[in-house]
Amino acid sequence: MFRCLRRASALALALAALLSAGTVDAQTKARFGYGRAATPAEIAGWDIDVDALGRGLPPGKGSVKDGEELYMTHCAGCHGEFGEGAGRYPEVAGGRGTLASEDPRKTVGSYWPYAPPLFDYIRRAMPFPSPQSLSDDEIYAITAYVLSLNDILKDDDVLDATALAKIVMPNAKGFVPGGDPRPDARNEACMKNCRSEPLRVTSDLAQRLGVTPKRTGD
Amino acid sequence: MSEDAKTRGPVEPMARDAERKFDRRRFLRGAAAAGGAAVGAAAGALPAVAAGNPENQPPNIPEWSKSLGASVVDRPYGAPSPFEKEVVRRSVPWLTATPESAINFAPLGELHGTITPNGLHFERHHGGAPDVDPTDHRLIVHGLVERPLVFTVADIKRFPSVSRIHFLECPANGGMEWKGAQMVGVQFTHGMLSNCEWTGVRLSIVLNEAGIKPEAKWLLAEGADAAAMTRSIPIEKAMDDTLLVYAMNGEALRAEQGYPLRLIVPGWEGNVNIKWLRRLKLGDQPWHHREETSKYTDLMADGRARQFTFVMEANSVITAPCPEKPLAFGAGRYEISGLAWSGRGKIKRVDVSTDGGNNWRTAELQSPVLSKAVTRFRLPWRWDGKQTFLQSRALDETGYVQPTIDQLRAARGVNSVYHKNSIHTWRITPKGEVDNVQVS
Repeated sequence: MFRCLRRASALALALAALLSAGTVDAQTKARFGYGRAATPAEIAGWDIDVDALGRGLPPGKGSVKDGEELYMTHCAGCHGEFGEGAGRYPEVAGGRGTLASEDPRKTVGSYWPYAPPLFDYIRRAMPFPSPQSLSDDEIYAITAYVLSLNDILKDDDVLDATALAKIVMPNAKGFVPGGDPRPDARNEACMKNCRSEPLRVTSDLAQRLGVTPKRTGD
Repeated sequence: MSEDAKTRGPVEPMARDAERKFDRRRFLRGAAAAGGAAVGAAAGALPAVAAGNPENQPPNIPEWSKSLGASVVDRPYGAPSPFEKEVVRRSVPWLTATPESAINFAPLGELHGTITPNGLHFERHHGGAPDVDPTDHRLIVHGLVERPLVFTVADIKRFPSVSRIHFLECPANGGMEWKGAQMVGVQFTHGMLSNCEWTGVRLSIVLNEAGIKPEAKWLLAEGADAAAMTRSIPIEKAMDDTLLVYAMNGEALRAEQGYPLRLIVPGWEGNVNIKWLRRLKLGDQPWHHREETSKYTDLMADGRARQFTFVMEANSVITAPCPEKPLAFGAGRYEISGLAWSGRGKIKRVDVSTDGGNNWRTAELQSPVLSKAVTRFRLPWRWDGKQTFLQSRALDETGYVQPTIDQLRAARGVNSVYHKNSIHTWRITPKGEVDNVQVS
């Protein structure tokens, strides 16, 4: 019995200590204290992102020339020797001047607004079957080669954090500023005799196209 | 009964009744697979009423009434009836280069009510669905915070829990149809949509633990999958209704839905609902990563693109009838039924037209009508057996009216890929078949 009381009072003291500590920082009161401090080493191991300004780019460098060989080994099988893309795999080069056409081709050179996220993407997600397996120098070199395929770097260029952050991409101004402009299509909820002209079928090829997968029983 | 007789049993009456509509060999295969019982779920636009096996029908006593069924130890985790084997997710192989970076579609025409069963929630992965060991999984919160923290899954489950029903929709839903009707089936025109009860903790609580610095305006969410998927999310949304969840429809997240932790960003495009969430980094600007520049941006007709178009605008579709569920009983009474949803809040009203958009009637909404969740609508209808065109039109609580395809194209052209939420049209043929068409 006494032991229980002693335990209870110890608990009360601990609680009081927690509460008084909480008054130091207004936010502390609302905190649960779950989880623990992340160590710098833990963060460093996972902190792989690079933003549009190049913040987060690691030390290291790579040349277009080195990148060519690495690209042929790790990338060309899907993206094509000239970045043209194989099969349904994404093309990574070309397409400049097509964005307003009937068949826009969105590539690194024609569409990407910033260069540093190319390094980010290759580092986090490529090569497709073995991501996060290349060294930073190799990633710089492949990034350099892809940019050269888009005529953004020259054959003898070398890329590092400073050089990559300075690149102005061809489509840098291709994105509409000012956020989401929607709703942009306005309809009215007419209920009776809404058609001023007779109904016209504008597209009914779905059955004949034959591109819908068959069901499993077929 | 011999195996041969079992197989033959249902075939003969079926062939007599509907031989023009059925391919006999296909039916034989189906009957064999189902052990000789009636095959209700058959392929394509077949009548909903199969003749079945008369030996199992009145006045006869069916086989399953004359022997014991499965015991309680046979199915420790239950599965759908074997007769429902057509109710599955399906993919479109030509859509993507690999099946790992790909999408599949929920069979909306086969579902009832509003909740998507966990095994049928559409999947969209960029590097496959990993089987993450929850013992080893960690969530790191860092960047512009007072205290960088690392959480185990057990830590996250200690926080006050909350459950919310929300839809999740890939912004490419319907994206194959910007230029014209292409897919036969509501599964493929609208099946990048699911609706579940999600359970987890409000993200604001977890971010408060780390202490957000005043200069933090965005956060980067990152997955632990082979794509290490990232998206930038404005801090206002993260602190508003965004959830960090570990459960769906009462059980742990499925691997393909981000087990053991994912974000649910209510009403916003599916891609920002990062799965297998391993890291949240607070920053002063968006990152402009690949998935928010090269992808998930909306190319306009003038060659410029919209970025950070997060909200899924109000949308709706009739799921009965649909190409998979034709009008199987000839002229007469039917219930038109479908789904409506809005990323801006509650569905306020759904109107249905049975004459191609000339006249509209307001459908009944199934309660509860929840914010940023799928709402089912219903309307009784008497079909006269002639060709006609069915449409549904959703209105949400902001006053937004679902637009026509012509209105969307006038605003955006046909190359934006994402965010196609136009009024959908089903053409009913005199046979009761349902075609996907577009009308002006």
